[in-house]
Amino acid sequence: MLRRVGLSLRHFLLERKSCAGYSSYSGEAKMSRPVQARRLEGIDKNIWVEFVKLAATYSTVNLGQGFPDFPPPDFLKEAFVGALSGENHMLHQYTRAFGHPPLVKILAQFFGKLLGRDLDPMTDVMVTVGAYQALFCCFQAFVDEGDEVIIIEPFFDCYEPMVKMAGGTPVFVPLRPKAPKDGKLMSSADWQLDPAELASKFSKRTKAIILNSPNNPLGKVFNRGELELIADLCVKHDILCISDEVYEWLVYDGKEHIRIASLQGMWDRTVIIGSAGKTFSATGWKVGWTVGPNRLLQHLRTVHQNSVYHCATVAQEAVAQGFQRELERYGKPDSYFVQLPKELQQKRDWLVQSLDAVGMKPIVPEGTYFLVADISEFKSDVPDVPNSDEPYDSRFAKWMVKNKGLAAIPLSAFYCGPHKNNYNHFIRFCFAKEEATLKAANDILQKWKREKTSP
Amino acid sequence: MAFRHENTRRIEGLDSNVWVEFTKVAADPSIVNLGQGLPDISPPSYVKEELAKAAAVDRLNQYTRGFGHPSLVKALSQVYERVCGRRIDPLTDILVTVGAYGSLFSTIQALIQEGDEVIIIEPFYDCYEPMVKMAGAKPVFIPLRYVSSFLKITYHIKFLIHTQYTNKFNSKTKAIILNTPHNPIGKVFTREELQVIADLCIKHDTLCISDEVYEWLVYKGNKHIKIATLPGMWERTITIGSAGKTYSVTGWKLGWSIGPQNLIKHLQVVHQNTLYTCPTPLQEALAQAFWIDYKRMDDPDCYFYSLSRELESKRDRMAQLLQEAGLKPVIPDGGYFMIVDVSTLNVDLSDVDEKQPYDYKFVKWMITSKKLSAIPLSAFCGPETKRQFEKYIRFCFIKKDGTLDAAEVILKNWNKQTA
Repeated sequence: MLRRVGLSLRHFLLERKSCAGYSSYSGEAKMSRPVQARRLEGIDKNIWVEFVKLAATYSTVNLGQGFPDFPPPDFLKEAFVGALSGENHMLHQYTRAFGHPPLVKILAQFFGKLLGRDLDPMTDVMVTVGAYQALFCCFQAFVDEGDEVIIIEPFFDCYEPMVKMAGGTPVFVPLRPKAPKDGKLMSSADWQLDPAELASKFSKRTKAIILNSPNNPLGKVFNRGELELIADLCVKHDILCISDEVYEWLVYDGKEHIRIASLQGMWDRTVIIGSAGKTFSATGWKVGWTVGPNRLLQHLRTVHQNSVYHCATVAQEAVAQGFQRELERYGKPDSYFVQLPKELQQKRDWLVQSLDAVGMKPIVPEGTYFLVADISEFKSDVPDVPNSDEPYDSRFAKWMVKNKGLAAIPLSAFYCGPHKNNYNHFIRFCFAKEEATLKAANDILQKWKREKTSP
Repeated sequence: MAFRHENTRRIEGLDSNVWVEFTKVAADPSIVNLGQGLPDISPPSYVKEELAKAAAVDRLNQYTRGFGHPSLVKALSQVYERVCGRRIDPLTDILVTVGAYGSLFSTIQALIQEGDEVIIIEPFYDCYEPMVKMAGAKPVFIPLRYVSSFLKITYHIKFLIHTQYTNKFNSKTKAIILNTPHNPIGKVFTREELQVIADLCIKHDTLCISDEVYEWLVYKGNKHIKIATLPGMWERTITIGSAGKTYSVTGWKLGWSIGPQNLIKHLQVVHQNTLYTCPTPLQEALAQAFWIDYKRMDDPDCYFYSLSRELESKRDRMAQLLQEAGLKPVIPDGGYFMIVDVSTLNVDLSDVDEKQPYDYKFVKWMITSKKLSAIPLSAFCGPETKRQFEKYIRFCFIKKDGTLDAAEVILKNWNKQTA
């Protein structure tokens, strides 16, 4: 009986003309509307897809994508192996959705100490799949259609598409470079916001500002005055602050990472985002977190429970143990949070030296493991192409990886479409690399310089 | 001040969750927990060994390819090419996600928008409804109807061919969510039933989101059929799978979506704008485990089949215990859940004044007085069918012998105590 009914349905399909709606999804253009949702409009392009592929194909020295080429610390790896092979095989099963209890407890303790507050691990902390997913939860929870979000340029590239996917409007305000003192190298501190310009970006529709300090790609560490400027505007306009602090431990030259949530009037309106990947040199573990008042985090929990729900258990257990160790050693010389920035500062200085020696002008970063350099003196190798759609630095970076085997990321990747040509002669290097890698980069640069100067 | 910090419209009303209430129970060791669906058996040892091996490789602790670790998508393509009998491109036809949950989210965010309708078969895995709503779309429910036969109670969808429910498919219907083997009922949709759904999808040009996380857990006399393999369905179907359910590692939170490039590419866009990449060492370990089992897919020792056999005997034991206690279980054909009609016990809870369905009250009573937990079935129902299913509760039987032994003691002593 079923078969007869089945047949008649097919007859029905053949004889009856297709009415309003779309034709089959066999890859051809639909009759009236596309298969994908409107929220994907304008967010399909992604710089990393292209540049990661190029680095994989051509590079001998990859200073492009931001991840260490050295391993996580031994104590962390041991914690991971201990967790997965230990007697408690339930660590291979679901844990608490909003964060594995040992991890949220230690995070509440640790950040409570840093912020001078009593944090409730169950309500003031939420674990996410990397800081990336924490950002996603924030935008989905708080940005509605028509809301404006202020983004400081240059910015970690995902902020813009995430705001758009949430139906929001990104409003950009640039850091502007000031000329360094004579004879000195430019520092990331020389890139600053114009207070009047910043203030002008706030409107009735502004819902949030996204702050990234230490800043990727420039390495800028916002000082107290700069944070107070931002905080005053947040309070005045009653907006939220999403504070991406993934590089919080990577600050150099004795500089201090100041948490904007600790400023007057800011705790209640700020979500702080952190990352185990950056904290413990384990980017592939994808463990991140948010810290903030329950009033805000409750909405992040709603997004989280309706999108991924749980994060992997074993890595959370290991990160919890890592933080326990660091809490015991806080401020002491054998703390990983003291040792890592010390090592990275040295690597920063090597790379600065290498670049300066050949005529690429580095902007010395105050923090993060990124460094941006001005490649104007190397422009002759990559001639300008008038009316090109592609920003100059992008073409330069592609030429460089293909011809010199050195991978870096064009700074224009960190600007919105209309502003990509504003600063198009800079490229970003990642220096979280082994000594051998940085030496090899130096060799490439030296050889390149020699080829330029010899007839 | 409060106005500015309000949540967005998209999450309005989506904050409550049945699990929050009932998983707290899991923390109490005196309760025999047959509620939440997670194994308390160990994953196979080679799976754990592969994870240890992966974690020892430096670069496997750093970012991998966003849409899926190369060795994993390769392994998945091989396994599923074999199962589906068609070519599956590992780079364009597969997306690795944070659990099957993440695949459901990516699929719905990619392909469903405001103004769309999405058909959900009731009872349903509870996240489907809020995910559809979060995408701005309208869930449209079609209930499974039960028929008790001489041999057993079954649930079927054949009635779908009658006009009353075919009108649920219309020009606004963007997708139907199918779950086979089914949670919570344990139904394995037959080829005829899948054909009924397929015919409607083709007729109305509807997508099919096929949640097949329990695909390997089918019991004797049943076969798991992938709707994507029916004529006309590959191009309109996203098939979702889960490492957690395949390898008894729910805490690894790895899943995947498989489908045609022109649909998967949109899921990839969602993924690159939500979490970008999944954890590397877990993906590498999963890839290695898949290779081990792929090589023995003709061998009964393959974990896909051995787990199923192990669970079938647990299913049978569970069913017997429940029957002996005077309950009426619905014997599942697949999955690791069993629903039970508790009305035969005639537990009077009318004096409990909470405005909750009977099964919620029953489960709470059972937890406190019998120290046994389950999940109320109305948690898996839309507003109109809650009444219909409120005499059922769901047990999970992917539990070690010790847990089932403890459950046996409780069930055997059930009638000795009165409420």
